Amino acid sequence: MRARRLLAPAALTAVIALMAGCASGDPSTDPADPTTAPPADAGSFTLYSGRNEALVQPLIDQFTAETGIAVEVRYGNTAELGALLLEEGEATPADVFLSQDAGAFGALSAADLFAPLPDDIAGAVPQGFTSTDGSWVGVTGRARVVVYDGEQYDEAELPNTIDGYVDGSFDGTIGVAPTNASFQSAVTAHRVLEGDDAAEQWLTQLQAADIEIFDSNGAILTAVNEGAVDTGLINHYYWYRQAAEVGAENMRAQLKYLEAGDPGSIVNVTGAGIMAGSADNAAALAFVEYLISEAGQDYFVEQVFEYPLVPGIAEPEGVPPLESLLNPELDLSDLDDLSTTQEMLARVGLI
Amino acid sequence: MTTLARTRPTGTDTRPPLGLVMLATIAAAAAAIPLVYLVVRAGGTGLESIIQTLSRGRVLEYSMNTLGLALATTFSALVLGAAIAVVLTRIRVPFPRTWLLLSALPLAVPSYLAGYGWLVSIPTLSGFVPSWLLLTAVTVPYVTLPVAAALRSATGDLEGVARSLGRGPIGAFFVATWPQIRPAAIAGSLLVALYSLSEFGLVAMMRYPTLTWGINSAYSASFDRAQAATLALLLVVMALVVVAGERGARRQLPSTVARAVRPRPIGRGMLIALLPVVAVAPVVGVFVPLAGLATRLVQADTLRAIDVPRLLAAVGATLGVAVAAAVVATLLALPIAALASRYRGRLVTAIESVGYLGHALPGIVVGLSLVFFALAVVPALYQSVVVLVFAYAVLFMPKAIGTMRAGLGDVPPRLIAVARTTGVSPLAAWWRVTVPLALPAVGVGALLVAIATMKELPATLLLRPTGINTLATELWNRTVVFEFGAAAPYAALLVLVAAVPAMILSGVRTTAKEEL
Repeated sequence: MRARRLLAPAALTAVIALMAGCASGDPSTDPADPTTAPPADAGSFTLYSGRNEALVQPLIDQFTAETGIAVEVRYGNTAELGALLLEEGEATPADVFLSQDAGAFGALSAADLFAPLPDDIAGAVPQGFTSTDGSWVGVTGRARVVVYDGEQYDEAELPNTIDGYVDGSFDGTIGVAPTNASFQSAVTAHRVLEGDDAAEQWLTQLQAADIEIFDSNGAILTAVNEGAVDTGLINHYYWYRQAAEVGAENMRAQLKYLEAGDPGSIVNVTGAGIMAGSADNAAALAFVEYLISEAGQDYFVEQVFEYPLVPGIAEPEGVPPLESLLNPELDLSDLDDLSTTQEMLARVGLI
Repeated sequence: MTTLARTRPTGTDTRPPLGLVMLATIAAAAAAIPLVYLVVRAGGTGLESIIQTLSRGRVLEYSMNTLGLALATTFSALVLGAAIAVVLTRIRVPFPRTWLLLSALPLAVPSYLAGYGWLVSIPTLSGFVPSWLLLTAVTVPYVTLPVAAALRSATGDLEGVARSLGRGPIGAFFVATWPQIRPAAIAGSLLVALYSLSEFGLVAMMRYPTLTWGINSAYSASFDRAQAATLALLLVVMALVVVAGERGARRQLPSTVARAVRPRPIGRGMLIALLPVVAVAPVVGVFVPLAGLATRLVQADTLRAIDVPRLLAAVGATLGVAVAAAVVATLLALPIAALASRYRGRLVTAIESVGYLGHALPGIVVGLSLVFFALAVVPALYQSVVVLVFAYAVLFMPKAIGTMRAGLGDVPPRLIAVARTTGVSPLAAWWRVTVPLALPAVGVGALLVAIATMKELPATLLLRPTGINTLATELWNRTVVFEFGAAAPYAALLVLVAAVPAMILSGVRTTAKEEL
């Protein structure tokens, strides 16, 4: 039970008072918006979303329309919201955290910030795509891919393994985001699959390949799409999002999926967890259930071009089937040993 | 902005009034919240882990990059800003008001937007040089505006005298004019230096890894708050060095009789050679990036119908928090500025230095520190506008301290002494004499805070009430998913809204001196 926190003390200016007044207009009681006028007892909860508003809000509107549950959403990027949740601890107003990346869950569940999920939710997603202890559930998957400049290369002439990009033939052409969580997860997967020595060897070669450093996947895609660098390591769905904006036929950048079993070809997940103080919030639970329902999964497939994780849901059009990318030897819950990866990256000089 | 800052001609040996010291201490305590937070977070892991963090792979490189960028940007902004101010006030240029207005415009463009706009045109830009040039372009008004204001009320006779004694124009400038604009130029340079230390959006886009980059990756990839705090403390140390350097450079100057000098006519050829100096910052910092954004807008297939109510709500929220932040930051900065303008001593130095810290830290650090503080002290106000506005005040108070300190210092103490002879209390004399005369400087400080608040993103994302969007957060919302078409109206409005106070700023004259 949270009181509205938007009290405007008399000491502050009229402007603040005015702002706070607007802000405290509770969306669930706003008569102007019929979609947020629920039955009296439908409940409500607060969501911290590390995924973007444009990607998530339509799904939330759909959820509210179907259930009458009001959702207050705080958007941010996954890293900032993760830091925020750690800082807030038990005092957090959040009931559910929806993360862009599985990496955040390790730190948050180590701080005991999550309530265990009921078995029917935790078990809905196959092992390897979700938490081992039921603290969070995987929602969608994204493939690690090589993005390349279609004006420089043909898909067929590009190597099918991640080692092929660090043997000297691509020196000075590869864009990498070593501080980005997706890259670090991929390195962790490399360690799990091939061992620490092999992973460090690959990183050393990568560092020696005169790489271009970026701070995000999106920046790499933009640079490749504009011909500033020739290749890059990113997640597949960034390409589909930009293609939806400018038209697929206008994309200069193209995607290369590496062969299954290669350490460069992994599938990482997004996920959701319920915060420790909200274990009894039925509305929050209903939302997490909705994310892994057919309606929720279909939404991510059709609008965000990500892989569904619940068995039996059709995959997005135009992407290689998840089966073809899967590596049976890799369990994503093994990817929580981030600190060793970071020590390795620091040793090699990448971060 | 500031006229000749004839600081502390008398009264420097008297003890500051206790009330003023107490008010300034309260303000400094607010500014120290991020510092306390960083010490708690970094200290929580013990000395060994701090040393380990500092000796990690690229921390030394990050630090050197940060220092190099801050030094280079401060120097170039100082030289360019002083040159622009001299051209606009001492030489008869066509449309002088328009030129001054144009030279204030880069203030209105968020540095991340300037970086992004350039990348659209030249996607290969990266590294030190583009970061340095762009950062100079967007920060140079912090020097240009105060120096131009100082020049307008400074006397030029001395320069003429120096030249008649055989000095060349440059020698004459350094002997006669430089001492008069020096306090304003140095105060402006301090803001540029602190801005460069804390800059993240632009260096991330230009892929130039500085400490803010390291701090961000500590949060984003490892969720390691202790490591982030340790790196942020390095920034604090650098900021303290910069502030101490500024204090050393700011020297007591003899008061001169101020008399405005008529702009001098020069030949057309010379004028054509000089105007590019004035035009370079607005071209690099405003027009090229906006043109780049405009081309993106044309290319976007999905230019959506603009959601007008939502756009207006964001404008309203942006204006609301900006005005509130300007008021709160000015109120907090006022006692610190008043203290620093008249008194000296270790306590005064410490209070003023702490007041500047917020500006040297990236927004995410200040934001998290206020999450920590609000939950511990005023949990009922957490995620309310009150805490958000307070965060802006902590972040941007230094912009107000610098300008107000110079403005308050300009008011001749003998006027206050005269007022005191009529029997009024010191506070009443201060309120009736000093404040009205320093009002333009207070206004300048408030406008600078308002502009910075409109553009702020990371602290806003952390602290805003759930569901409240400013133009900056709406812009962020859309660009991270490549919806450039949908982002364009927000980018355009953000620049437009922030341009209004920037334009007012270019016109503010410190009339106090001229009326005396």
